[in-house]
Amino acid sequence: MTALTGEALELAEEHPTQQRRRRRLHGRWALPLWGWLVIAWLCAPIIVMIVFGFNNYPGKFNTNWHGFTFKWYRHLFAIGDLTTSLENSLSIAAIVTVIATILGTLLGMSLGRYRFFGSGSVNLLLFANIAAPEIVLGAALLSFFLTLGIPRGYWTIVIAHVMFSIAYVAVTVKARMAGMDPALEEASRDLGAGPVVTFFRVTLPMLMPGVLAGALLTFALSIDDYIITSFNNGSTQTFPLWVYGASQRNGGSVPAQVNVMGTLIFGFGVLVAVIGFAVNREKKVRDSS
Amino acid sequence: MTWSRLRAKLAPYWLVLPAWLWLVIFFVVPTLVMLSVSTMTGNLLDGFKQTWHWSTYSHGWSLYHVQFVRSIVYGLIATALCLVIAYPVAYWIAFRGGRHKSSLLFLLLLPFFVSFVIRTQSWGFILSDHGLALNWARDLHVLGLLKDVHLVSSSGSILQTPVAVVGGLVYNFLPFTVLPIYVALERVDPALLEASSDLYANKASAFSKVVLPLSMPGVFAAVLLTFVPVASDYVNATILGGTKTTMIGNIIQTEYFTNSDYPTAAALSFILMAALLIGVFAYARALGTEDVLEMAAR
Amino acid sequence: MNSPLDGLPPDLVRGLTSPRLSRRRALQIGGLSALGLSLAACGIPAAPGSKLGLHAAREQITKFWMQHAKNTGQLNFENWPLYIDVGKGNDHPSLDLFTKQTGIKVKYDEGIQDDDSYFGKIQPVLAAGQSIGWDIIVITNGIYLDRLVNLDYLIPLDQNAMPNFYANASPLVLDPSFDRGNVYTMAWQSGMTGIAYNPKYIDREITSWEDLQDPAFRGKIGMFADIEDTPNSALCAIGVNPETSTEADWRKAADWLKKQRPLVRKYYQQDYVAPLSKGDLWISLAWSGDIFQANASGSNLKFVVPKEGAPLWTDNMCIPVHAQHPRDAMTYMDWVYQPKIATMLAEYINYITPVPATQPLIMADAKAAKSKDDKEFYTQLAESPLIFPSKADYSKLHRYRVLDSAEEQVWDSLFEPIYQS
Repeated sequence: MTALTGEALELAEEHPTQQRRRRRLHGRWALPLWGWLVIAWLCAPIIVMIVFGFNNYPGKFNTNWHGFTFKWYRHLFAIGDLTTSLENSLSIAAIVTVIATILGTLLGMSLGRYRFFGSGSVNLLLFANIAAPEIVLGAALLSFFLTLGIPRGYWTIVIAHVMFSIAYVAVTVKARMAGMDPALEEASRDLGAGPVVTFFRVTLPMLMPGVLAGALLTFALSIDDYIITSFNNGSTQTFPLWVYGASQRNGGSVPAQVNVMGTLIFGFGVLVAVIGFAVNREKKVRDSS
Repeated sequence: MTWSRLRAKLAPYWLVLPAWLWLVIFFVVPTLVMLSVSTMTGNLLDGFKQTWHWSTYSHGWSLYHVQFVRSIVYGLIATALCLVIAYPVAYWIAFRGGRHKSSLLFLLLLPFFVSFVIRTQSWGFILSDHGLALNWARDLHVLGLLKDVHLVSSSGSILQTPVAVVGGLVYNFLPFTVLPIYVALERVDPALLEASSDLYANKASAFSKVVLPLSMPGVFAAVLLTFVPVASDYVNATILGGTKTTMIGNIIQTEYFTNSDYPTAAALSFILMAALLIGVFAYARALGTEDVLEMAAR
Repeated sequence: MNSPLDGLPPDLVRGLTSPRLSRRRALQIGGLSALGLSLAACGIPAAPGSKLGLHAAREQITKFWMQHAKNTGQLNFENWPLYIDVGKGNDHPSLDLFTKQTGIKVKYDEGIQDDDSYFGKIQPVLAAGQSIGWDIIVITNGIYLDRLVNLDYLIPLDQNAMPNFYANASPLVLDPSFDRGNVYTMAWQSGMTGIAYNPKYIDREITSWEDLQDPAFRGKIGMFADIEDTPNSALCAIGVNPETSTEADWRKAADWLKKQRPLVRKYYQQDYVAPLSKGDLWISLAWSGDIFQANASGSNLKFVVPKEGAPLWTDNMCIPVHAQHPRDAMTYMDWVYQPKIATMLAEYINYITPVPATQPLIMADAKAAKSKDDKEFYTQLAESPLIFPSKADYSKLHRYRVLDSAEEQVWDSLFEPIYQS
């Protein structure tokens, strides 16, 4: 593969104009169209959610459209338990993302880089973890906490979420690490950089897409987990627990504040993405000038 | 052996250690406890006693093999669809995303930060018999066609059919497919792409000879991260399914919660885990490696 | 697990597992669980004939409540989400009033999502002999409540501390078949399981369970994926009172459901209301409170108690073992049975209130209401047969069959495959 890479690189340098022409021909619009279509499809239910956050429905069931209102935004925090549960979910997801990303990245690096005695069993461990039905994980963990007399609450949720997220990060990072050329790190060390500097200046930047992807998966897994959390939450409420419970005594309907909170999370995310776009565009302009 | 060589030899272990400890304490130990529960007999009132009653396994299989097979089939179909949908998206972001790669990835994940109850409820709204999707199909006069290809049931529904369940699975697990493929593709030097299209006669063979092989570790990881959780899912079948779409995850739920039959629930879970693990390793071997790791490490 | 029943007269043990208990028998058994409790707690040596008699058991309950004669000033109350009144500023007015009147602070939590998952969560904790941290929990009658009782996970109530309950409780929840003598529970709210239909799609009148088997509604019929409501409704459908049904009846009911199955769109969890208002379902098994709320939210659905009879269910307040503040729990549970308080709850929750005397009070609120919407809503509420069932409906309502653990296995094996395959 390396031989091919070298050859191909040489070829690429030889024909810069041809290269540019081909890029233009290379399905210029088909790919972006597909990409944005998929993003639109992923967002379709979110749009329904946003719209129903403006629904001026009477009574308690937010199922049919009754006209436009801002009142759910004004009374956003009218349901105290819902607010607390959202705060818990956000902070738990943040903490879990940090811990699981660090642990999973180290694990993925090791598995992607080294062949060592026992690496096969670590692999088995990861896949068993992903394959285990949630209910078994949740129940098993509860009995474990009980045996040790650990009171259930905020931190047992964190422990559980880290437990089921590590594997996702590790597998993603490993897939990234697998094709990385160790020569780069060796070169860095030959140039006199210590292992720490090499890690932060060379290894981590190259791994970053994998780490970022793992972190995003972890955040999404943690903020939406129901079953495992329901076993180990003690008296700490999370957003999915509250929302699911609310739908149980309300014919499957949830109050519009839930839609609004979802909308705000989504809106905040879109804002972050847009800022990201803008900042990157500026950087690009700056770099190219 | 010198000190530094020993340290180098130990390096992988130090990296693995924290996560390994976490998983051993909070996953392996509790799982072993459940494994022992799976061979117990008894009931809630009298308690469960360890009797090494392994026939719970064969009994569980004979009762629920239909749901097992259904879960695997749904899992395979959903994973295949996820790959077809996700690969171009990952390719687009990796090679065309430029500086916006992270923002695009983030955008892709964003819908999943919203509670599954709301997401699936919204799908219920869109897919219902008089909902947006079927109304459009009627307006465009394609309803008959959709019925002919069994995307819409003969009674004119999408919800509560296997199509809805598989659709929900594809929707909810797409990020698990996109991200690993993206991560692997992003590593490929774009210059290599250009070069390969010069090297080979047409774009198709350039893709299949250069890009695809380079992205295989990502595809492999994607298949694992998608197929395995899809096959053990129960939420989509619960919310979007009908009377003939029960998956093994639902059965485990019922055995555990409704029947408080902890041994059967545990046994079914271990059958599922074993089946998935065997599948994973068979898959690795079919791709020509004995070690799952090695596949990704090439 | 060591049963506290070891060494007891066998007829008593049978009494515990027998489905229908006389009021006296239940009181005796209630006493027994308290005995088990205190034996575990204080380690009183078992002396057959003297300490294990029924008299001693009752004495143990009395002693327990004497030891907890005073309020501690704290109450931990766990309930379902959106199942209590909510005020303007994120508060619960009835709980604030309780604190004001009694000085007892309330930690209120909406942590129960489901009877089954909640039971799955607290069972290991209670089995390990630990406190779940709550003094009152709200559990629906049915297999999970039966299990809590059979496993001695509930503290028998102090019958001397329930004056408001005995003065004001509706006959529907007084001395119910699932808890004779209200040994362990007081009702929070109740609901009927009947048939709801959308008159936009069905223009004839629905009166009977047989209408849920009408082939004209193929693919538009909803049932529940539930081990209580679906089987007990089917028992009503074949003309049997579920409370006194036999295994032979269950088989007939299962056949009735199997015959219906090809017509059913889905066995729903709780999410049947939106499909019903949108037209995915034309007719469905339904809970009265849901339909009242759906109509208050602008839907036009009809709810009927079928002529063959229908199940009535109740969510019950009960005190789990190892509760830290049992006296405060007793105080609160009885306190909500004052008509004024029950009105505050009923006006928000919209299920069947356990205190019928709330009806005139809701009417009075309707008269006093300033906005037209409020007036309309309160009037609708007070006049609704879904909130205050008529006398005719009363006679048609039946409780779920109470099952012992052997019966439960038969029951499960008959009914589960119907909604899960």
